Amino acid sequence: MTQLPGPTAKKLGLVIDLDTCVGCHACVISCKAWNTENYGVPLSDQEPYGADPSGTFLNRVHSYEVQPAQGTAQLVHFPKSCLHCEDAPCVTVCPTGASYKRVEDGIVLVNESDCIGCGLCAWACPYGARELDAKEGVMKKCTLCVDRIYNENLPEEDREPACVRTCPSGARHFGDLGDADSDVSKLVAERGGFDLMPEQGTKPVNKYLPPRPKDAEPQIDILAPFLEPIAQDGKGFVGWLDKALSALPGGAK
Amino acid sequence: MSLDQPPLDTSPFVSDEVRKTTCYMCACRCGINVHMKGGKVAYIEGNKDHPVNKGVLCAKGSAGIMQHNAPSRLRAPLKRVGPRGSGKFEEISWEEALSLAVDWLKPIRDTAPEKLAFFTGRDQSQSFTSFWAQGFGTPNYAAHGGFCSVNMAAAGIYTMGGAFWEFGQPDWDHTKLFMLFGVAEDHDSNPIKMGIGKIKARGARMIGVNPIRTGYNAVADDWVGITPGTDGLFILALVHCLMKAGKVDLDYLARFTNASVLVNDDPKSEQYGLFLRDAAGQPQVIDRRTGMLAAWNGMGVEPDLSGTHHAKGITHRPVFHRMADRYLDPAYAPEAVADRCGISALRIRAIAADLARVAFDEAIELDRTWTDFRGVTHTRMVGRPVSFHAMRGISAHSNGFQTCRALHMLQIILGAVETPGGMRFKPPYPKPATAHPKPHCKVTPGQALDGPHLGYVQGPEDLCLDDDGRPIRIDKAYSWENPMSAHGLMHMVISNAHAGDPYKIDTLFMYMANMAWNSSMNVGGVAKMLTDQNADGSYVIPHIIYSDAYSSEMVAYADLILPDTTYLERHDCISLLDRPICEADAVADAIRWPVVEPDRDVRGFQSVLCELGARLDLPGFVNADGSQKYQDYADYITNHIRRPGIGPLAGFRKGADGVQGGRGDVNPDQLQTYIDNGGFWIEHVPESAAYYKPFSMDYQNWAVKMGFYDVVQPYIFQLYVEPLRKFQAAAQGIGTRQPPDHLRGQIAVTMDALPIWYPPFEDGHVDPVEYPIHALTQRPMAMYHSWGSQNAWLRQIHGHNPLYVPTKIWEANGFQEGDWARVSSAHGAITVPVAHQASLNENTVWTWNAIGKRKGAWALDSDAPEATKGFLLNHLIHELLPPKGDGLRWANSDPITGQAAWFDLRVKIEKSGIPNEAQPVLPAITSPVPKAPRVLAWKVGK
Repeated sequence: MTQLPGPTAKKLGLVIDLDTCVGCHACVISCKAWNTENYGVPLSDQEPYGADPSGTFLNRVHSYEVQPAQGTAQLVHFPKSCLHCEDAPCVTVCPTGASYKRVEDGIVLVNESDCIGCGLCAWACPYGARELDAKEGVMKKCTLCVDRIYNENLPEEDREPACVRTCPSGARHFGDLGDADSDVSKLVAERGGFDLMPEQGTKPVNKYLPPRPKDAEPQIDILAPFLEPIAQDGKGFVGWLDKALSALPGGAK
Repeated sequence: MSLDQPPLDTSPFVSDEVRKTTCYMCACRCGINVHMKGGKVAYIEGNKDHPVNKGVLCAKGSAGIMQHNAPSRLRAPLKRVGPRGSGKFEEISWEEALSLAVDWLKPIRDTAPEKLAFFTGRDQSQSFTSFWAQGFGTPNYAAHGGFCSVNMAAAGIYTMGGAFWEFGQPDWDHTKLFMLFGVAEDHDSNPIKMGIGKIKARGARMIGVNPIRTGYNAVADDWVGITPGTDGLFILALVHCLMKAGKVDLDYLARFTNASVLVNDDPKSEQYGLFLRDAAGQPQVIDRRTGMLAAWNGMGVEPDLSGTHHAKGITHRPVFHRMADRYLDPAYAPEAVADRCGISALRIRAIAADLARVAFDEAIELDRTWTDFRGVTHTRMVGRPVSFHAMRGISAHSNGFQTCRALHMLQIILGAVETPGGMRFKPPYPKPATAHPKPHCKVTPGQALDGPHLGYVQGPEDLCLDDDGRPIRIDKAYSWENPMSAHGLMHMVISNAHAGDPYKIDTLFMYMANMAWNSSMNVGGVAKMLTDQNADGSYVIPHIIYSDAYSSEMVAYADLILPDTTYLERHDCISLLDRPICEADAVADAIRWPVVEPDRDVRGFQSVLCELGARLDLPGFVNADGSQKYQDYADYITNHIRRPGIGPLAGFRKGADGVQGGRGDVNPDQLQTYIDNGGFWIEHVPESAAYYKPFSMDYQNWAVKMGFYDVVQPYIFQLYVEPLRKFQAAAQGIGTRQPPDHLRGQIAVTMDALPIWYPPFEDGHVDPVEYPIHALTQRPMAMYHSWGSQNAWLRQIHGHNPLYVPTKIWEANGFQEGDWARVSSAHGAITVPVAHQASLNENTVWTWNAIGKRKGAWALDSDAPEATKGFLLNHLIHELLPPKGDGLRWANSDPITGQAAWFDLRVKIEKSGIPNEAQPVLPAITSPVPKAPRVLAWKVGK
């Protein structure tokens, strides 16, 4: 068993806006590209051009159709990666200490040189956020781009996770959720950000912002005045037109 | 275990160097940073300084490394050695390839240049390829717009001097209500996503109009699941509601549109429906200051929307009267259209009221002074903060041109074009139809064509017809069948060439268009046309030359393959002369450059054309001494002069006082300066010229200074398109150039000068009771046409494509998960896997576009799901409509522009057994590239 560090002051994580995510998979591929070239072994792909291609991804987007009891069906795009839980069961289950949560920022990582690929952590994770790389036999997971966010070889503006930097609709936010005054914490407060599966007791750091209400019933009583007819036909319309034109600035002569 | 954390280097080495170029994973053309390690591509991210994407990058762009290294890349020129379509080739040298091409092309040019049909696909070098074709002298050149979105482009240009995407964008910073009609994902990819994110962050609202609720429509505040092909009717109902309530911007309409222009209203007059013009030919309005006639553009004139003019027994009424007559008609009332559109009358009214409320009650004003072309100075810029965007969804129908026109009319009556919060043009647009060239088609053996191939006709006199009234072009563009075919009809080239109608050709030369697969209707039929032989064993289409970077399905059908480079290995210019990347506030262009050199015997297609052009002695491609003028495309980009001071790139040209943008002389260091500047050039529109561009003198003067055009040319929006009336008049027997009798009825009905709606043509040729279901495709956000399947990462997202079926049809057929269905149209049948989707118009089925692949193509294994479960709807669609008993075959196209009517398709569906593979199965083609690896672990660094 591996110990957790206890509550960390700094809780780096992601805030993902389900109201804005269009399901484009930019974050999925940007993550794959960065983490194939960087942190640890590359994210491999088996049968990449064959009948059943499967590869290691640290972040995937799932799409769920929601059919309300009344009204129109909706589609919600749901990106999912490691949530860097405060009570991370994937850490405590690790038999070698390879899986750990950083004291300084709460990021959950795998030290690949100590990983024996037993897969216990993936079983323990209620979110299915870890993937065992089939080629190297080591466990891979979101690092929150720990090799980007502090990287002095990158311009300061680029020191954020690859998925956040690339997200075209701005649905992904990165910051310190341990700081109530951070932009991400304020966003969570304003928009009613929520924990994924809180009943699991993992205290995820990442938060999701809910989709705003959609497909409101037309409020014709309120809107009707905007469509009050000025005429029933072309002739009446021209009569209205003459009056309306004369009311314009510089109109009536 | 202890709490000891392992040491971790949080500042690892990232790359040796970042090379900035332009993406080509779709048509969006974002700026990218290519991180290099040891001379190899290590990582690709968005360029934060770039005007298009400002640092973000989609899934396609982020997967560029897998495209650049794809096993499907062609490796050397290929000569066919097996029968056409077999995929059997031998690799040959470039010398042999070019000699062979010249052997075929030289005799054609010397005797009958029209026997070359040169069509390019999704390329971004049309101003160059058209220049080459013009030098060759064939009239048979176009790019792929005819089967893509020409309705949108042509309707926009004719109506307001620009459309969406490359022409214009919503004012994302000010708009409060954004309405999105069906759109192909790459038109425009990242900017739309960025814009949606931006307006949502501000709390602005978004309405999505689309039969299918995915992607952008999934995040829309309101989703309108419209019946396909009825968008125009829905829009005209909105226009009806707004006009009936007087919720139109009268001041804007009077000043900046031809709603005030007087039209001959005497049905007995030969001039009926045409503008009243003065001796100088200028359309006339009534000046409210005097009550007298005046030219539309006279200094200080205040055009009247209401007054009529009677002279010589003829009444002339302003266009706005005609609009009132037409759109106030109860035929356009919400109650009258609701059933056909699949939208309740209440909902239509609510949307109209919302548009009215936001446009007029939430109007915004910017304190900016500007002066219009009549010399009138305005102290404010009044904005109607409603904006729209649309592309292929509404345009790929046989009523698409008029539907796109209707949408522009809706924008214009609200005063929401080129005003704050509405739609804004991107330089070098706006540019009215009259400022574009007209089409040219005069062929002289051994000489260049008499001018540019493509353009905007102004009436029957501009059609490309011979003295007997027959089409001059192989695709029959600019003929009576589709007079305003501004982008040509690439989708008709193979069938017309095969039929020898209007004539036979010798060589079909294509670039980057998968015409033997997903880019053609009637896939099996096209494959047969490409392989059909005459009695003597020769091919009906004698020679086919094709250039592509990858092992696409089309490769197998060519006799000679000219292998292109990947996008990271080539020079390109994203030119103002072509399809620019500008923003509403800035003019910009960009380059691609070889951030890595090819490791195969391949060459950029444009560089190959430079050499072929020289070998063929084409004007513009040889020096006076007969030597090759441009060594390669980079040389052309730097040194070609199109007009004095104007070249392919507008940035960093040589001026009197150093380097300047816009006009200027050739700068030998231009490409290096682009590279040093991040791969692009940008210059901002002056603030006083940021809005009202067509009417603003500050904008007009700036546009001339920058070289977009040579004289100021303010204009007003054409709600009433007079050239349409000229074609309609011809169909009614007026004028000397007359259409064939069988087309008179179609032209008279469809070429209406004010926007109309008519049912998609397939509805009149196919029994709607037998085929009650609409069938559509959508382009996935993570794939681009057929390209994505060769990409190891992207195909894990979209590896196969079920047919999505709405609840009503799902239940009626008793479908279960894992079922398959037979889907039939009047033309053909497919058997495919089905999946349920509730958020879907109840009479519509759909699938992802171009996921299905043919066995042997794209370096995929023959049991890849793309080839076993993937499928195309193309098998169900024919380039001609089924016979309806009049002895004629009508084109499955828009009758005005010729745009392929992909989305008119009607089908029926029934549960089937589960076959081994999706049907029909075409035989495998032999792959011209080696087998792909079984495992990938792509890391170029240590």
